Amino acid sequence: MRTRDLLAFAVGAARGNRVRTALLMLAMAIGVAAVVTLTALGDGARRYVVREFSAIGSNLVIVLPGRTETGGINPGSFVSSTPRDLTVDDALALLRAPGVQRVAPLVVGTSELSVGGKLREGMVVGTTAEYIEVRQSKMAQGQFLPSEDWNRGSMVMVIGAKLRAELFPNEPALGRFVRVGDRRFRVIGVLASTGSGLGMNTDELAIVPVSLAQAMFNTNTLFRILVEARNRDAIEPVKRQVAQVIQQRHDGEEDVTVITQDAMLATFDKLLRTLTMGVAGIAAISLAVAGILVMNVMLVSVAQRRSEIGLLKALGASGGTIRAAFLVEAAMLSAAGALFGYALGLAGAAVIRALYPTFPAYPPDWAVLAGLATALFTGVLFGVLPARNAARLDPVTALARR
Amino acid sequence: MSAAEAQIELQGIERVFHLGDSVVHALAGIDLRIDAGEYIAVMGPSGSGKSTLLNMLGLLDRPDAGHYRLEGRDVTTLSPDEQAQVRSQRIGFVFQSFHLVPRLTAAENIALPMVLAGLPARQREQRVRQALQGFGLADRAGHRPDELSGGQRQRVAIARATIMQPALLLADEPTGNLDRATGDEVVRLLEQLNAGGVTLLVVTHDAALGARARRRLLMEDGAIRHDQLKQDGAFADAHA
Repeated sequence: MRTRDLLAFAVGAARGNRVRTALLMLAMAIGVAAVVTLTALGDGARRYVVREFSAIGSNLVIVLPGRTETGGINPGSFVSSTPRDLTVDDALALLRAPGVQRVAPLVVGTSELSVGGKLREGMVVGTTAEYIEVRQSKMAQGQFLPSEDWNRGSMVMVIGAKLRAELFPNEPALGRFVRVGDRRFRVIGVLASTGSGLGMNTDELAIVPVSLAQAMFNTNTLFRILVEARNRDAIEPVKRQVAQVIQQRHDGEEDVTVITQDAMLATFDKLLRTLTMGVAGIAAISLAVAGILVMNVMLVSVAQRRSEIGLLKALGASGGTIRAAFLVEAAMLSAAGALFGYALGLAGAAVIRALYPTFPAYPPDWAVLAGLATALFTGVLFGVLPARNAARLDPVTALARR
Repeated sequence: MSAAEAQIELQGIERVFHLGDSVVHALAGIDLRIDAGEYIAVMGPSGSGKSTLLNMLGLLDRPDAGHYRLEGRDVTTLSPDEQAQVRSQRIGFVFQSFHLVPRLTAAENIALPMVLAGLPARQREQRVRQALQGFGLADRAGHRPDELSGGQRQRVAIARATIMQPALLLADEPTGNLDRATGDEVVRLLEQLNAGGVTLLVVTHDAALGARARRRLLMEDGAIRHDQLKQDGAFADAHA
């Protein structure tokens, strides 16, 4: 039997029983639509998170002293000394790198804070005016540290929301003095409450100019340097530039670690991708169910068309021809149903986007391809048994029944 | 008996059905020779094995014992696919209940054996047109079976059975579902084909139809009791 005739025959058989055909296609369509819509939701969530993340200073590059990467042991490992410290001058030097927008040095230490008779152990951070921009924090009251020479700071302090509540309950904090060690700082601002970030709870921080913090902790090293790249695309170049600048300043020794917030973002990205795949897997179960329905419907169809099958055999059709006819019919119905389901799924995703305009619910290509392929595969797979039954039918008994 | 090779030769054909505990010998040791172009009526009571014999000759059924030689070739040993090939090329079936495919038009029903055989569309169209003309169905080509009369349906079925130009035409009660007048018309059509050289074998209950054949096989309990040839308008046992 020629391929074109085979297809025409299958189309004719499908049109011969419209209810059966419609049911079968609907089952496939629901399966594929489920895959398309659910993966659109999953991938939409991923895009949404990535986009939101990018909005909150994801252009951040962080410089840590010392190397955390392991390079194995080589003769150099025994000769080289402890890594050089990061200094305020290192941080200033980074400003000259082309992709860098802002730089904020960071010194961290704990100290005793006292107001009047009250004493409290607290974390003191030394930094510069750029910090608030780099971290994209917000002020609740007053203002942040003033822009001034990094090596000479005013005796001012910005405190976190929780610290403010503990040091100055029921009284205004702005303009008041806080004693740290033997220095007195005037409170000029209160940070808005944000919760934790970068391993520090900003609500409990006392922020002072970097030079004063270094003097208090009797050090000239930095804990971190926060670098903001001009844009997302500049992150990787900045990462390289930063490492290069520091290496030059440290006599060619690559003794810092540069990490990006992008690495974190990549983790989220991977996580949500996996989630989407899981959801696609769950939706694929409905495709398997649809496949079983295909088998059922085709088995019933074989039973209903016994006399036709007997006739075809009498007219000289081989078992192979009959098997092919039923397989083609199952495959064709599955494919048509899958395409219909694809359209349905796209419509579903469009509805979601219309309802939540901020949510980019587009099905990923891989899910669409996998959904369509699975539908076709299950359709053919579950069409094999009915087709085999049809081919094995005894023509005498098949013809005898009316 | 002619020295030339017979078209059909059955030797000791047995067919046994198991119905529960009982064993039914549908065909019990059938020996039969049919020459090309013969016109044979197979008659006998229900359950005498007429239809089983027809199915056997049409390669729809396999014997449990014995040999069937069709045109000098032992077809009992062929594989199912080879048998399908023989059915496609050499054998045409006409059924009591027509067995037309309801969703196909008259023309499509007639073309079905050629479609299954993989003939090119142009050749099919030409042959179908000729057949429609020849069987007086030209104005019925696009009609589905439920839009045709009984006689027209059987004519479509006969056109379909002969479209591959078979050597052997097997008809099982071809007039069983038709009134006398249409039945006669159909029988004349079959006889015309036989006159054209096709071997015609008709299974029937109808004595009048049986009397028109040149040779008559009377079956009973799976065996051929009488094998009669018409001589001077009356049947006489051939090997009496």
